[in-house]
Amino acid sequence: MAKVEIEIERCKGCGLCVEVCPEQVLEIGREINLSGYQYVTVVQAEACIGCCRCAEMCPDTALAVWR
Amino acid sequence: MKQVFKRPESMTDKPFHFCPGCHHGIVHRLVAEALDHFNLREKTIGVASVGCSVFLYDYFAVDVIEAPHGRAAAVAAGTKRVLGDNIVFTYQGDGDLAAIGTAEVIHAANRGDNITVIFVNNSIYGMTGGQMAPTTLLGQRSTTSPYGRDNLRDGYPIKMTEMLAALEGPSLVSRVAVNTPGNVKKARKVIRQAFQMQIEGKGFSFVEVLSTCPTNWGMSPQKANERIAEEMIPYFPLGTLKQRDVVDVL
Repeated sequence: MAKVEIEIERCKGCGLCVEVCPEQVLEIGREINLSGYQYVTVVQAEACIGCCRCAEMCPDTALAVWR
Repeated sequence: MKQVFKRPESMTDKPFHFCPGCHHGIVHRLVAEALDHFNLREKTIGVASVGCSVFLYDYFAVDVIEAPHGRAAAVAAGTKRVLGDNIVFTYQGDGDLAAIGTAEVIHAANRGDNITVIFVNNSIYGMTGGQMAPTTLLGQRSTTSPYGRDNLRDGYPIKMTEMLAALEGPSLVSRVAVNTPGNVKKARKVIRQAFQMQIEGKGFSFVEVLSTCPTNWGMSPQKANERIAEEMIPYFPLGTLKQRDVVDVL
């Protein structure tokens, strides 16, 4: 059991986390945050294995991972 | 469930001003994690350079000195000599360290000043709008080399890590990248080692981090990441070129 949480206002929608996720948990969403970026959202929460690859690549430290 | 990844405590809550996908954020985090690891937050002095890294004082929960352009290594060397109990690191880009500050970093390294230098190489002047830097690769287009860098006209890209590794002074000289999660892990280890060298008093430690500049390269963050592996790493090979185990005492 693992989960990833996104701090929406930090996310700039660069998509580096989406690319490295081995389980396709993340996706760039359609909503925008206060800075005007389309932020990343969790689309398959139950598939998360807590490997932290997304968080390692996030340049804005917007992701937190529990495992 | 236990939290396995969180924001390091040595970083403030302020969101970064960097462009989406810029590797500066990752390098900031790795440095902050190293400070957390050794519990150095209360006794660290950062020296910021000029460039995109100029807002270091906003993002790190440590004291920061703003150095004149290129002079961060000299300021850090002086700071360390006066406040020897503190941990002093500089965080410089390639326009700062490899262009205007070449003399300062070479002499700090040659003297073996007990400081840590984090050198972020994105092969372009980022903040000023994408001009050609000394580290710009051959054939790379920038606003001042619109037809690509030409070695006959502009010379060759400078290899700072190889240059400093040839000196006697430094205790650790290494080049890392942060374009994949695996490389981020390796970079974390090397940056931690660099601070360990300083804590143990072994002298000058230098870590070059290959970084992207998606905005000025004119690429998506994903394409910029691929460019690191395809173009930058072949010219700027990764690895530790010099590592000293013991302190040199005559």
